[in-house]
Amino acid sequence: MTLATEPPKAHFRLGMLINDTRYRSYTIQIIVLILFLLGVAWLANNTIENLAAKDKDINFGFLWNRTGYDIGQHLIPYSNDSTHFRAALVGLLNTLVVALVGCILSTILGVIIGVLRLSNNWLVARLMTVYIEIFRNVPLLLWIIVVFVVFSETRPSPIDFRVTEAMTTAGEKPAASMMFFDSVAITNRGTNIPAPLLSRPLPTIEVGPISLNLTLIAILAVIAGSVYANRVLLRRAAATQEATGFRPTTWWKSTLILAVPFILLMFALGLHWEYPVLTGKIAKLVNFKGGITIAHSFTALTVALTLYYASVIAETVRAGIQAISRGQPEAAYALGLRPSRTMNLVILPQALRVIIPPLISQYLSLTKDTSLGIAVSYLDLRGTLGGITLNQTGRELECMTLMMLIYLIISLIISAVMNAYNASVKLKER
Amino acid sequence: MSLSYVRTEMLPPAEPPISERGAIRWMRANLFSGPFNSILTLLAAYVLYQLVSLAWPWLANGVWSDANSMSDCRAIVTASAGPDASGACWAMIRERWHQFIFGFYPPDLWWRPILTFGLLFVALAPVLYADNKRAMSRLCGVVGILTVLSLIGADGFSYHTVLAILLFAGLTAIAAIQPRRLLIVTLLFPFFALWMLWGGSIWGPITALLGFVVLVVVYGLVAPKLGAVMGASTGFLAACLWWLFLQTYISTAWQALLPFGLTYVPSDKFGGFLLAFVIGVASISISLPLGILLALGRRSDMLLVKTLSVGFIEFVRGVPLITMLFVASLLLQYFLPPQTKFDLILRVVILVTLFSAAYNAEVVRGGLAALPRGQYEAADALGLDYWQAQRLIIMPQALKISIPGIVSTFIGLFKDTTLVSFVGLADPLRGITTIVRADINWKGIYWEPYIFVGGIFFIVCFGMSRYSMYLENKLKTDHR
Repeated sequence: MTLATEPPKAHFRLGMLINDTRYRSYTIQIIVLILFLLGVAWLANNTIENLAAKDKDINFGFLWNRTGYDIGQHLIPYSNDSTHFRAALVGLLNTLVVALVGCILSTILGVIIGVLRLSNNWLVARLMTVYIEIFRNVPLLLWIIVVFVVFSETRPSPIDFRVTEAMTTAGEKPAASMMFFDSVAITNRGTNIPAPLLSRPLPTIEVGPISLNLTLIAILAVIAGSVYANRVLLRRAAATQEATGFRPTTWWKSTLILAVPFILLMFALGLHWEYPVLTGKIAKLVNFKGGITIAHSFTALTVALTLYYASVIAETVRAGIQAISRGQPEAAYALGLRPSRTMNLVILPQALRVIIPPLISQYLSLTKDTSLGIAVSYLDLRGTLGGITLNQTGRELECMTLMMLIYLIISLIISAVMNAYNASVKLKER
Repeated sequence: MSLSYVRTEMLPPAEPPISERGAIRWMRANLFSGPFNSILTLLAAYVLYQLVSLAWPWLANGVWSDANSMSDCRAIVTASAGPDASGACWAMIRERWHQFIFGFYPPDLWWRPILTFGLLFVALAPVLYADNKRAMSRLCGVVGILTVLSLIGADGFSYHTVLAILLFAGLTAIAAIQPRRLLIVTLLFPFFALWMLWGGSIWGPITALLGFVVLVVVYGLVAPKLGAVMGASTGFLAACLWWLFLQTYISTAWQALLPFGLTYVPSDKFGGFLLAFVIGVASISISLPLGILLALGRRSDMLLVKTLSVGFIEFVRGVPLITMLFVASLLLQYFLPPQTKFDLILRVVILVTLFSAAYNAEVVRGGLAALPRGQYEAADALGLDYWQAQRLIIMPQALKISIPGIVSTFIGLFKDTTLVSFVGLADPLRGITTIVRADINWKGIYWEPYIFVGGIFFIVCFGMSRYSMYLENKLKTDHR
């Protein structure tokens, strides 16, 4: 007598599509796929209908038309005869330059503030806490607008800098004066700083379609060379230290290697400065000429981004430092390291591993927040491609798609680079 | 026997040296513990002195009333403090506060946003203080008193005030006796707020609410037979059908039968902090569940679901919010069927919600990843299905870990509501302030409106971050 029965044959029933875990995930995925495709088709259909109703098409040809508008701050040659593509490129560079300057400055300021917040100096720690809380809890837009308004409404107009003969004879001083030995003037129109000029620049040679600026190449080559030489020097010093236990003095050699070739090159190229000078006789036309004029929109955006993100980064730095176990600094003190050396050699290298991942996302946010330049009419990517070009050509779909795509690519590149850096400093675990 | 040269009683303890006690000791320890610290202290004190000496006269000479323009203010400051003195002109806030708070909402209807704002806290109470009866009833009482006072301040003692007193007295009583019942208020609040703020027929929100009833009923019928997922999806489908096809007819029919409604207020009357709160609260409350679903999708085993979630999250996180808002104002008209009329505030709320849902998803994903694998395996071993495991085991722990991140997303979202000014809505920061500063009477004013607006933002955001710290402390179950 045998009780062994055949295992029940798996007859496929429709209900198994939902109740059997083997098939359920496929069922759900197919339903999701169908819904997704239906949604996309619905959107696409609507778009086609709407475009047809408005007598429009999707065409990126407008990018090669003449723009007809000026951009105050352009890092590559641009005029109102250039194409919309060129305008978008100028805007992209303007976005990147604010993002880069903002990231660098806010990191420096943020690390200082974050470390000082943990200082055992009561007054300084309290001040830094107040700074962080005030800047973190108020919208970034407010800081941008306030900085812009302060620069453009409280600074004197260029005419206040003028010294007339009547004033010299009376011994009066003008209402406003330039800073840093008459080299920098902040007026209500912009910030005027000296411009570096070269009296003996190297020629620009044309290699096929690309024009090579030899001056720039020479400068970059000299800097790269001296940085490399400095690294060789430091590595050799480290090797000596490993072998003998004594580290040879390197600071003056480093300074020489880094500074001398650059200074020599600058002498060879004939570096001199063009200072901003007050010109114009009629009161309305008085303005600073010469040098570089930085628009307040750029200054306001950079300063506000720096101040705001410094407070955010400071919090990250503080959290990173506090994540280090107490035993680490205590062990360092027991070894006889001074507090500053403890911070540099023991705490910060370990804290860096905790700090970097959130720092990446803050750099990303900063880059995206440069689009707030719209509040001060800064012509970045959104101002050119997504602003004036969009309004002039009326091609919302194309401009917005292109702009979002570019922002997306920038974000992906930043996160890829920073993730690679993170992987390189991460604790190698076995 | 006694030795005359040996003391028989103890000496009283000597006072510590002057440098080791009191204020001097504290200062030596905390301010001047070394040359570097001393320099820092002096520097900080100097900066502080500069700031105070700049700001104090300006604040002290502030004009609070009796001025209708900037020149009035200047005249008053000159008269009281001399010709060169500067003074703040808070009279501007006194004259224009209503624009900063309500935008262009009709003054005789201000009681509606005030009441809604008060009820918001009652609706939040069960969420904020789970079962804490004392805290809840105290919150309801205090908010009730403040609301009634604001109502009296806004338009005198009228029937709204009586209504509010009765309402809040009842709610406080419920909070004190059966705090769990307040959850009903929480669930009904969105519909009530919608109706209160925009007005119109009462049957619109009620029939919209009935859609959810349809969802629950269909789920109850289907779920026991075909499982939770099918139940939820058929329920959702039925509710969508209700909202799309039936709701309009039914609400119109009821409105014809039993006309009852409030004055309709169009969206372009909304502005100031009313607008910021409408967008902020709506987006915050929808983006959290959406973010949780996205996070689960991203960790799902199903390739397609995972790909779609990752694609959505990474796309949204890769573009600035401004471009999303421009999508709401410029592109949505292309994606929707022709002749669709769509309220701008609603469009903005949808896009802001999607934006912060992606950020919430990443925060929740962090919380999920931080859970040890054993928790998932234990849930499986207990025989719980996916949703039971998520609801009972995984989410309570994962959300607890992600509280700080979620709250900071919320804070970021609330601050980002100011960006709606770029698509033509009158937010308090740029929209209203620009209007005020463009007024010929208040030309040249800049610190005062920004300090006022920034101050309110600071209070709200700082409050939220403090609450998250309180919650973290309360939920902390490990012993370190």
